[in-house]
Amino acid sequence: MAHTFEGYRRPDGRVGVRNYVAVIPTSVAASSVASAIADEAGPWARATPHQLGTSQPTPARRQTERVLVGIGRNPNVGAALVVELGTEDISAETIADGISNSGKTTETLAIREVGGTSNALVEGVSRLTRLKAEADRATREEADVSELVFGVECGGSDATSGIAANPAVGAACDRLVEAGGTASFSETPEFIGAEHILADRCADEETRERLLERVDMREGMAELMSVDLRGAQPTPGNQVGGLTTIEEKSLGAISKGGTTAIRGIVDYGEELPTNGGLVLMDTPGYDVESVVGKVAGGAQIVAFTTGRGSTTGNPLAPVIKVTGNPKTWKRMSNNIDVNAGTVFDGESIDSVGGRIFETLVDVANGRRTEAEHRRLEEFAINEIQPEELTTEVSG
Amino acid sequence: MKGRVLDDALLQLSTSDNVGTTVDDLSEGTKIDSDGRDVVLVEDVPFGHKVALESVEAGENVRKYGEIIGTATQPIDVGEWVHTHNCESTRGRGDRAATGGETA
Repeated sequence: MAHTFEGYRRPDGRVGVRNYVAVIPTSVAASSVASAIADEAGPWARATPHQLGTSQPTPARRQTERVLVGIGRNPNVGAALVVELGTEDISAETIADGISNSGKTTETLAIREVGGTSNALVEGVSRLTRLKAEADRATREEADVSELVFGVECGGSDATSGIAANPAVGAACDRLVEAGGTASFSETPEFIGAEHILADRCADEETRERLLERVDMREGMAELMSVDLRGAQPTPGNQVGGLTTIEEKSLGAISKGGTTAIRGIVDYGEELPTNGGLVLMDTPGYDVESVVGKVAGGAQIVAFTTGRGSTTGNPLAPVIKVTGNPKTWKRMSNNIDVNAGTVFDGESIDSVGGRIFETLVDVANGRRTEAEHRRLEEFAINEIQPEELTTEVSG
Repeated sequence: MKGRVLDDALLQLSTSDNVGTTVDDLSEGTKIDSDGRDVVLVEDVPFGHKVALESVEAGENVRKYGEIIGTATQPIDVGEWVHTHNCESTRGRGDRAATGGETA
Protein backbone atom coordinates (compact mmCIF):
# COMPACT_ATOMS: atom_id res chain seq x y z
CA MET A 1 0.00 0.00 0.00
CA ALA A 2 1.36 3.40 -0.97
CA HIS A 3 1.77 5.82 1.90
CA THR A 4 1.56 9.54 1.37
CA PHE A 5 1.38 12.62 3.57
CA GLU A 6 0.56 16.30 3.19
CA GLY A 7 3.86 18.14 3.32
CA TYR A 8 5.40 21.52 2.57
CA ARG A 9 7.41 21.52 -0.67
CA ARG A 10 10.53 23.71 -0.39
CA PRO A 11 12.38 25.50 -3.20
CA ASP A 12 15.18 22.88 -3.12
CA GLY A 13 12.62 20.13 -3.72
CA ARG A 14 12.66 18.67 -0.22
CA VAL A 15 9.41 18.31 1.73
CA GLY A 16 8.79 19.51 5.28
CA VAL A 17 6.33 17.99 7.73
CA ARG A 18 6.12 21.22 9.76
CA ASN A 19 6.29 24.87 8.69
CA TYR A 20 8.32 26.77 11.27
CA VAL A 21 10.25 30.00 11.14
CA ALA A 22 13.61 29.16 12.74
CA VAL A 23 15.36 31.70 14.96
CA ILE A 24 19.00 30.63 14.90
CA PRO A 25 21.59 32.29 17.15
CA THR A 26 25.17 32.13 15.87
CA SER A 27 26.50 31.80 19.41
CA VAL A 28 25.71 31.49 23.09
CA ALA A 29 25.86 35.29 23.24
CA ALA A 30 22.79 35.63 21.04
CA SER A 31 20.91 32.60 22.37
CA SER A 32 18.79 34.26 25.08
CA VAL A 33 17.67 36.99 22.70
CA ALA A 34 16.85 34.43 19.99
CA SER A 35 14.69 32.49 22.46
CA ALA A 36 12.95 35.68 23.64
CA ILE A 37 12.16 36.72 20.05
CA ALA A 38 10.69 33.31 19.20
CA ASP A 39 8.66 33.18 22.45
CA GLU A 40 7.26 36.65 21.80
CA ALA A 41 6.34 35.81 18.19
CA GLY A 42 4.41 32.61 18.85
CA PRO A 43 4.63 28.81 18.58
CA TRP A 44 5.26 28.96 14.81
CA ALA A 45 8.68 30.46 15.59
CA ARG A 46 11.27 28.05 16.98
CA ALA A 47 14.58 29.07 18.52
CA THR A 48 17.68 26.87 18.62
CA PRO A 49 19.69 28.24 21.57
CA HIS A 50 23.13 26.66 22.08
CA GLN A 51 26.42 27.09 23.92
CA LEU A 52 28.94 27.37 21.08
CA GLY A 53 30.00 29.88 18.44
CA THR A 54 32.50 32.05 20.29
CA SER A 55 36.26 31.50 20.16
CA GLN A 56 36.27 27.96 18.85
CA PRO A 57 39.33 26.48 17.13
CA THR A 58 38.79 26.36 13.35
CA PRO A 59 37.69 22.70 12.90
CA ALA A 60 35.28 23.02 15.83
CA ARG A 61 33.93 26.33 14.51
CA ARG A 62 33.38 24.81 11.06
CA GLN A 63 31.37 22.02 12.59
CA THR A 64 29.18 24.54 14.46
CA GLU A 65 28.67 26.47 11.22
CA ARG A 66 27.74 23.31 9.33
CA VAL A 67 25.14 22.44 11.96
CA LEU A 68 23.63 25.96 12.08
CA VAL A 69 23.33 26.07 8.29
CA GLY A 70 21.91 22.53 8.24
CA ILE A 71 19.32 23.44 10.86
CA GLY A 72 18.12 26.36 8.74
CA ARG A 73 18.01 24.19 5.63
CA ASN A 74 15.95 21.47 7.31
CA PRO A 75 12.73 21.12 5.28
CA ASN A 76 10.60 21.71 8.39
CA VAL A 77 11.85 25.30 8.29
CA GLY A 78 9.88 27.64 5.99
CA ALA A 79 12.04 30.72 6.60
CA ALA A 80 14.85 31.65 8.99
CA LEU A 81 16.16 34.54 11.06
CA VAL A 82 19.84 34.31 12.06
CA VAL A 83 20.68 36.31 15.19
CA GLU A 84 24.15 37.43 16.24
CA LEU A 85 25.48 39.69 18.96
CA GLY A 86 27.99 40.97 16.44
CA THR A 87 31.28 40.00 18.08
CA GLU A 88 31.28 36.29 17.26
CA ASP A 89 33.75 34.31 15.15
CA ILE A 90 30.74 33.02 13.26
CA SER A 91 28.95 35.69 11.27
CA ALA A 92 25.20 35.71 10.79
CA GLU A 93 25.74 36.53 7.11
CA THR A 94 27.76 33.35 6.54
CA ILE A 95 25.07 31.20 8.14
CA ALA A 96 22.25 33.06 6.35
CA ASP A 97 24.01 32.62 2.98
CA GLY A 98 24.33 28.89 3.57
CA ILE A 99 20.62 28.66 4.35
CA SER A 100 19.36 30.93 1.56
CA ASN A 101 21.34 28.87 -1.00
CA SER A 102 18.51 26.38 -0.65
CA GLY A 103 16.13 29.09 -1.91
CA LYS A 104 14.71 29.77 1.55
CA THR A 105 13.99 33.35 2.66
CA THR A 106 16.51 34.20 5.36
CA GLU A 107 17.22 37.41 7.29
CA THR A 108 19.83 38.41 9.84
CA LEU A 109 19.71 40.51 12.99
CA ALA A 110 22.74 41.93 14.85
CA ILE A 111 21.93 42.79 18.46
CA ARG A 112 24.68 45.45 18.77
CA GLU A 113 23.74 47.05 15.49
CA VAL A 114 20.07 47.56 16.36
CA GLY A 115 20.96 49.07 19.74
CA GLY A 116 20.74 46.28 22.29
CA THR A 117 18.32 43.65 23.48
CA SER A 118 15.10 45.71 23.72
CA ASN A 119 15.38 46.93 20.15
CA ALA A 120 16.48 43.46 19.03
CA LEU A 121 13.31 42.00 20.49
CA VAL A 122 11.04 44.51 18.74
CA GLU A 123 12.95 44.36 15.47
CA GLY A 124 13.27 40.57 15.66
CA VAL A 125 9.54 40.03 16.11
CA SER A 126 8.82 42.40 13.25
CA ARG A 127 11.22 40.52 10.93
CA LEU A 128 9.74 37.21 12.06
CA THR A 129 6.26 38.41 11.12
CA ARG A 130 7.52 39.15 7.60
CA LEU A 131 9.26 35.77 7.46
CA LYS A 132 6.08 34.01 8.59
CA ALA A 133 4.23 35.54 5.65
CA GLU A 134 6.94 34.03 3.40
CA ALA A 135 6.70 30.63 5.10
CA ASP A 136 2.89 30.71 4.83
CA ARG A 137 3.17 30.90 1.05
CA ALA A 138 4.15 27.23 1.11
CA THR A 139 1.07 25.15 0.42
CA ARG A 140 0.64 21.63 1.64
CA GLU A 141 0.84 19.07 -1.10
CA GLU A 142 0.76 15.32 -1.26
CA ALA A 143 4.16 13.71 -0.92
CA ASP A 144 5.31 10.12 -0.84
CA VAL A 145 6.90 8.59 2.27
CA SER A 146 9.97 7.97 0.10
CA GLU A 147 10.70 11.69 0.58
CA LEU A 148 11.10 11.25 4.32
CA VAL A 149 14.47 11.23 6.07
CA PHE A 150 13.87 9.39 9.34
CA GLY A 151 16.46 9.84 12.07
CA VAL A 152 16.55 7.15 14.72
CA GLU A 153 18.09 7.54 18.13
CA CYS A 154 18.23 5.81 21.50
CA GLY A 155 18.69 7.33 24.93
CA GLY A 156 18.29 6.12 28.48
CA SER A 157 18.73 2.58 27.20
CA ASP A 158 18.16 -0.55 29.23
CA ALA A 159 18.01 -4.23 28.38
CA THR A 160 14.55 -3.84 26.81
CA SER A 161 15.93 -1.38 24.24
CA GLY A 162 17.86 -4.06 22.38
CA ILE A 163 15.13 -6.67 22.81
CA ALA A 164 11.99 -4.68 22.00
CA ALA A 165 12.09 -0.96 21.13
CA ASN A 166 15.19 -0.88 18.91
CA PRO A 167 14.35 -3.87 16.71
CA ALA A 168 10.77 -2.54 16.40
CA VAL A 169 12.01 0.87 15.23
CA GLY A 170 14.38 -1.07 12.96
CA ALA A 171 11.38 -2.85 11.44
CA ALA A 172 9.84 0.59 10.74
CA CYS A 173 13.13 1.69 9.12
CA ASP A 174 13.07 -1.42 6.93
CA ARG A 175 9.56 -0.49 5.75
CA LEU A 176 10.61 3.07 4.96
CA VAL A 177 13.75 1.98 3.12
CA GLU A 178 11.72 -0.54 1.15
CA ALA A 179 9.34 2.29 0.19
CA GLY A 180 12.33 4.28 -1.10
CA GLY A 181 13.02 6.62 1.84
CA THR A 182 16.04 7.32 4.02
CA ALA A 183 16.68 6.10 7.54
CA SER A 184 19.69 7.19 9.58
CA PHE A 185 21.16 6.16 12.88
CA SER A 186 24.30 7.37 14.58
CA GLU A 187 26.24 7.41 17.87
CA THR A 188 29.49 5.81 16.74
CA PRO A 189 30.69 4.86 20.27
CA GLU A 190 27.65 2.58 20.33
CA PHE A 191 28.93 0.66 17.32
CA ILE A 192 31.87 -0.61 19.42
CA GLY A 193 31.57 -4.37 19.75
CA ALA A 194 29.00 -4.59 16.94
CA GLU A 195 31.03 -3.04 14.12
CA HIS A 196 31.74 -6.43 12.52
CA ILE A 197 28.01 -6.89 11.97
CA LEU A 198 27.61 -3.38 10.53
CA ALA A 199 30.74 -3.81 8.37
CA ASP A 200 29.27 -6.95 6.82
CA ARG A 201 26.16 -4.98 5.88
CA CYS A 202 27.96 -2.11 4.12
CA ALA A 203 26.94 -1.79 0.47
CA ASP A 204 30.49 -1.11 -0.71
CA GLU A 205 34.10 -1.35 0.42
CA GLU A 206 34.53 2.41 0.79
CA THR A 207 31.64 2.66 3.27
CA ARG A 208 32.97 -0.36 5.12
CA GLU A 209 36.44 1.13 5.51
CA ARG A 210 35.08 4.50 6.53
CA LEU A 211 32.81 2.93 9.14
CA LEU A 212 35.63 0.87 10.70
CA GLU A 213 37.93 3.89 10.68
CA ARG A 214 35.34 6.02 12.53
CA VAL A 215 34.77 3.31 15.14
CA ASP A 216 38.55 3.01 15.66
CA MET A 217 38.77 6.75 16.07
CA ARG A 218 36.02 6.88 18.70
CA GLU A 219 37.49 3.92 20.58
CA GLY A 220 40.92 5.54 20.27
CA MET A 221 39.61 8.56 22.19
CA ALA A 222 39.53 6.41 25.32
CA GLU A 223 43.14 5.41 24.71
CA LEU A 224 44.22 8.97 23.98
CA MET A 225 42.83 10.11 27.30
CA SER A 226 44.08 6.98 29.09
CA VAL A 227 40.62 6.38 30.42
CA ASP A 228 38.47 3.34 30.68
CA LEU A 229 35.33 3.65 28.60
CA ARG A 230 33.53 1.57 31.22
CA GLY A 231 32.99 4.64 33.40
CA ALA A 232 30.79 6.25 30.75
CA GLN A 233 29.62 3.38 28.55
CA PRO A 234 27.30 1.86 29.45
CA THR A 235 26.21 4.80 31.61
CA PRO A 236 25.40 4.18 35.29
CA GLY A 237 21.71 4.36 34.30
CA ASN A 238 22.18 1.79 31.53
CA GLN A 239 23.84 -0.48 34.10
CA VAL A 240 20.90 -0.21 36.50
CA GLY A 241 18.79 -1.20 33.49
CA GLY A 242 20.77 -4.40 33.04
CA LEU A 243 23.39 -3.43 30.44
CA THR A 244 26.81 -4.65 31.54
CA THR A 245 29.25 -3.76 28.73
CA ILE A 246 29.51 -1.44 25.72
CA GLU A 247 29.45 -4.51 23.46
CA GLU A 248 26.07 -5.50 24.88
CA LYS A 249 24.73 -1.95 24.56
CA SER A 250 25.99 -1.67 20.96
CA LEU A 251 24.54 -5.02 19.88
CA GLY A 252 21.16 -3.78 21.08
CA ALA A 253 21.60 -0.25 19.73
CA ILE A 254 22.37 -1.18 16.11
CA SER A 255 19.08 -3.00 15.70
CA LYS A 256 17.22 0.34 15.60
CA GLY A 257 18.47 0.89 12.04
CA GLY A 258 16.82 -2.25 10.77
CA THR A 259 18.37 -4.91 8.59
CA THR A 260 18.97 -3.30 5.19
CA ALA A 261 22.33 -2.57 3.56
CA ILE A 262 24.30 0.42 4.86
CA ARG A 263 24.64 2.76 1.89
CA GLY A 264 26.97 5.34 3.40
CA ILE A 265 28.24 7.20 6.45
CA VAL A 266 28.17 11.00 6.69
CA ASP A 267 29.83 13.43 9.11
CA TYR A 268 28.09 15.03 12.07
CA GLY A 269 25.45 17.45 10.76
CA GLU A 270 26.27 16.72 7.10
CA GLU A 271 23.36 16.50 4.65
CA LEU A 272 21.65 13.11 4.47
CA PRO A 273 20.50 12.03 0.99
CA THR A 274 16.81 11.68 0.14
CA ASN A 275 15.81 8.27 -1.28
CA GLY A 276 19.08 7.15 0.31
CA GLY A 277 18.26 3.90 2.08
CA LEU A 278 20.01 3.31 5.37
CA VAL A 279 22.79 5.87 5.98
CA LEU A 280 24.84 6.23 9.15
CA MET A 281 25.98 9.50 10.71
CA ASP A 282 29.23 9.66 12.70
CA THR A 283 28.18 11.34 15.96
CA PRO A 284 29.11 11.18 19.64
CA GLY A 285 26.98 9.15 22.02
CA TYR A 286 25.13 12.10 23.59
CA ASP A 287 21.53 11.81 22.51
CA VAL A 288 20.50 15.49 22.27
CA GLU A 289 23.59 16.39 20.21
CA SER A 290 23.10 13.32 18.10
CA VAL A 291 19.43 14.15 17.36
CA VAL A 292 20.47 17.70 16.42
CA GLY A 293 23.13 16.32 14.05
CA LYS A 294 20.50 14.35 12.15
CA VAL A 295 18.03 17.25 12.07
CA ALA A 296 20.87 19.39 10.67
CA GLY A 297 21.33 16.59 8.13
CA GLY A 298 17.73 17.07 6.99
CA ALA A 299 15.77 14.52 9.04
CA GLN A 300 12.14 15.71 9.19
CA ILE A 301 11.12 13.20 11.87
CA VAL A 302 13.05 11.39 14.59
CA ALA A 303 12.23 8.19 16.47
CA PHE A 304 13.77 7.99 19.90
CA THR A 305 13.78 4.74 21.85
CA THR A 306 14.15 4.72 25.60
CA GLY A 307 14.04 1.96 28.15
CA ARG A 308 14.48 3.99 31.30
CA GLY A 309 12.38 6.95 30.20
CA SER A 310 13.64 9.98 28.31
CA THR A 311 11.62 13.13 27.62
CA THR A 312 13.84 14.55 24.85
CA GLY A 313 12.33 16.47 21.94
CA ASN A 314 13.62 18.91 19.33
CA PRO A 315 12.54 22.43 18.34
CA LEU A 316 12.13 21.64 14.62
CA ALA A 317 11.62 17.92 14.14
CA PRO A 318 8.84 15.92 15.80
CA VAL A 319 10.35 13.22 18.02
CA ILE A 320 8.39 9.95 18.29
CA LYS A 321 9.21 8.32 21.60
CA VAL A 322 9.17 4.51 21.81
CA THR A 323 9.74 2.37 24.91
CA GLY A 324 10.14 -1.38 25.19
CA ASN A 325 9.93 -1.33 28.96
CA PRO A 326 6.38 -2.03 30.21
CA LYS A 327 7.12 -0.34 33.56
CA THR A 328 8.36 2.82 31.86
CA TRP A 329 5.27 2.88 29.65
CA LYS A 330 3.06 2.63 32.75
CA ARG A 331 4.97 5.35 34.57
CA MET A 332 5.62 7.81 31.69
CA SER A 333 3.08 7.22 28.93
CA ASN A 334 2.43 10.99 28.83
CA ASN A 335 5.93 11.39 27.36
CA ILE A 336 5.92 8.32 25.12
CA ASP A 337 4.13 7.77 21.81
CA VAL A 338 4.51 4.05 21.14
CA ASN A 339 4.52 1.15 23.58
CA ALA A 340 6.82 -1.59 22.30
CA GLY A 341 6.74 -3.34 25.68
CA THR A 342 3.88 -5.39 24.22
CA VAL A 343 6.48 -7.77 22.76
CA PHE A 344 6.80 -9.18 26.28
CA ASP A 345 3.10 -10.10 26.03
CA GLY A 346 3.55 -11.74 22.67
CA GLU A 347 3.14 -8.99 20.02
CA SER A 348 5.66 -9.56 17.23
CA ILE A 349 8.49 -7.11 16.56
CA ASP A 350 7.18 -6.78 13.01
CA SER A 351 3.72 -5.83 14.25
CA VAL A 352 5.15 -3.13 16.56
CA GLY A 353 7.31 -1.96 13.64
CA GLY A 354 4.11 -1.59 11.62
CA ARG A 355 2.57 0.57 14.36
CA ILE A 356 5.70 2.75 14.47
CA PHE A 357 5.62 3.16 10.69
CA GLU A 358 1.94 4.19 10.82
CA THR A 359 2.81 6.67 13.57
CA LEU A 360 5.59 8.05 11.35
CA VAL A 361 3.10 8.65 8.52
CA ASP A 362 0.54 10.19 10.92
CA VAL A 363 3.16 12.53 12.38
CA ALA A 364 4.26 13.48 8.85
CA ASN A 365 0.61 14.33 8.25
CA GLY A 366 0.58 16.72 11.18
CA ARG A 367 -0.26 14.62 14.23
CA ARG A 368 1.68 16.05 17.14
CA THR A 369 3.96 13.86 19.24
CA GLU A 370 3.96 13.89 23.05
CA ALA A 371 7.19 15.93 23.01
CA GLU A 372 5.56 18.48 20.68
CA HIS A 373 2.46 18.73 22.89
CA ARG A 374 4.73 19.61 25.80
CA ARG A 375 7.09 21.84 23.81
CA LEU A 376 10.10 19.75 24.82
CA GLU A 377 12.74 21.24 22.57
CA GLU A 378 16.23 20.32 23.71
CA PHE A 379 18.95 21.65 21.46
CA ALA A 380 22.72 21.22 21.72
CA ILE A 381 25.52 21.12 19.20
CA ASN A 382 28.44 18.74 19.61
CA GLU A 383 31.71 20.51 20.36
CA ILE A 384 34.83 18.87 19.00
CA GLN A 385 37.08 18.42 22.04
CA PRO A 386 40.74 19.51 22.10
CA GLU A 387 41.86 15.85 22.21
CA GLU A 388 39.86 15.14 19.08
CA LEU A 389 41.50 18.01 17.21
CA THR A 390 44.81 16.19 17.33
CA THR A 391 43.36 13.25 15.41
CA GLU A 392 41.88 13.01 11.95
CA VAL A 393 38.54 14.70 12.40
CA SER A 394 36.77 16.07 9.42
CA GLY A 395 36.45 19.80 9.68
CA MET B 1 10.63 -11.18 20.17
CA LYS B 2 13.83 -12.65 18.81
CA GLY B 3 15.02 -15.79 20.57
CA ARG B 4 12.97 -17.94 22.93
CA VAL B 5 11.62 -17.51 26.42
CA LEU B 6 12.52 -20.31 28.82
CA ASP B 7 9.74 -21.12 31.28
CA ASP B 8 8.16 -17.65 30.89
CA ALA B 9 11.13 -16.27 32.81
CA LEU B 10 14.38 -16.06 30.86
CA LEU B 11 14.87 -14.87 27.28
CA GLN B 12 17.66 -16.62 25.41
CA LEU B 13 18.26 -14.46 22.34
CA SER B 14 20.45 -16.96 20.50
CA THR B 15 21.06 -20.67 21.01
CA SER B 16 24.80 -20.07 21.52
CA ASP B 17 24.18 -17.62 24.41
CA ASN B 18 25.40 -18.63 27.86
CA VAL B 19 23.23 -16.00 29.58
CA GLY B 20 19.50 -15.35 29.53
CA THR B 21 17.67 -12.06 30.17
CA THR B 22 14.95 -11.94 32.83
CA VAL B 23 11.53 -10.94 31.50
CA ASP B 24 10.32 -9.99 35.00
CA ASP B 25 11.78 -9.35 38.45
CA LEU B 26 12.81 -12.84 39.60
CA SER B 27 13.43 -14.04 43.16
CA GLU B 28 16.19 -16.19 44.57
CA GLY B 29 15.28 -19.87 44.28
CA THR B 30 13.21 -19.48 41.11
CA LYS B 31 13.63 -22.68 39.10
CA ILE B 32 13.71 -22.38 35.30
CA ASP B 33 13.63 -25.30 32.92
CA SER B 34 16.34 -24.82 30.29
CA ASP B 35 15.98 -27.70 27.84
CA GLY B 36 15.41 -30.23 30.61
CA ARG B 37 18.15 -28.76 32.83
CA ASP B 38 17.26 -26.72 35.90
CA VAL B 39 18.59 -23.21 36.27
CA VAL B 40 18.00 -22.16 39.89
CA LEU B 41 18.51 -18.50 40.70
CA VAL B 42 21.08 -18.10 43.47
CA GLU B 43 19.98 -14.50 44.13
CA ASP B 44 17.20 -12.03 43.22
CA VAL B 45 17.63 -10.74 39.66
CA PRO B 46 15.72 -7.65 38.46
CA PHE B 47 13.87 -7.38 35.14
CA GLY B 48 16.16 -7.03 32.12
CA HIS B 49 19.27 -8.37 33.86
CA LYS B 50 21.22 -11.50 32.95
CA VAL B 51 21.42 -14.96 34.49
CA ALA B 52 24.07 -17.59 33.66
CA LEU B 53 22.53 -20.54 31.80
CA GLU B 54 25.86 -22.38 31.93
CA SER B 55 28.85 -22.11 34.23
CA VAL B 56 31.49 -19.73 32.92
CA GLU B 57 35.18 -19.85 33.91
CA ALA B 58 37.08 -16.66 34.71
CA GLY B 59 38.41 -15.23 31.44
CA GLU B 60 35.82 -17.03 29.31
CA ASN B 61 33.49 -15.18 26.99
CA VAL B 62 29.98 -14.15 27.97
CA ARG B 63 27.62 -14.45 24.99
CA LYS B 64 24.31 -12.71 24.28
CA TYR B 65 22.66 -12.01 20.87
CA GLY B 66 24.92 -14.87 19.67
CA GLU B 67 27.86 -12.48 20.11
CA ILE B 68 30.57 -11.85 22.71
CA ILE B 69 29.52 -9.10 25.12
CA GLY B 70 32.49 -9.39 27.50
CA THR B 71 34.55 -11.80 29.61
CA ALA B 72 33.96 -13.26 33.06
CA THR B 73 36.21 -11.71 35.72
CA GLN B 74 35.56 -14.61 38.12
CA PRO B 75 34.00 -18.07 37.87
CA ILE B 76 30.22 -17.79 37.37
CA ASP B 77 27.87 -20.63 38.35
CA VAL B 78 24.64 -21.59 36.64
CA GLY B 79 21.84 -19.41 38.04
CA GLU B 80 24.10 -16.53 39.07
CA TRP B 81 23.34 -12.92 38.20
CA VAL B 82 25.78 -11.77 35.49
CA HIS B 83 26.64 -8.08 35.60
CA THR B 84 29.53 -5.64 36.15
CA HIS B 85 30.65 -7.46 39.32
CA ASN B 86 31.62 -10.59 37.38
CA CYS B 87 31.72 -9.59 33.70
CA GLU B 88 33.65 -6.84 31.94
CA SER B 89 34.10 -5.27 28.55
CA THR B 90 37.22 -5.84 26.51
CA ARG B 91 36.73 -2.68 24.44
CA GLY B 92 37.52 1.00 24.88
CA ARG B 93 40.06 0.19 27.57
CA GLY B 94 42.33 3.22 27.46
CA ASP B 95 43.28 2.40 31.05
CA ARG B 96 44.92 -0.83 29.90
CA ALA B 97 46.76 0.89 27.06
CA ALA B 98 48.17 3.36 29.60
CA THR B 99 49.69 0.52 31.61
CA GLY B 100 50.97 -1.28 28.51
CA GLY B 101 48.21 -3.88 28.42
CA GLU B 102 46.03 -4.98 25.58
CA THR B 103 43.06 -2.96 24.43
CA ALA B 104 41.35 -5.73 22.48
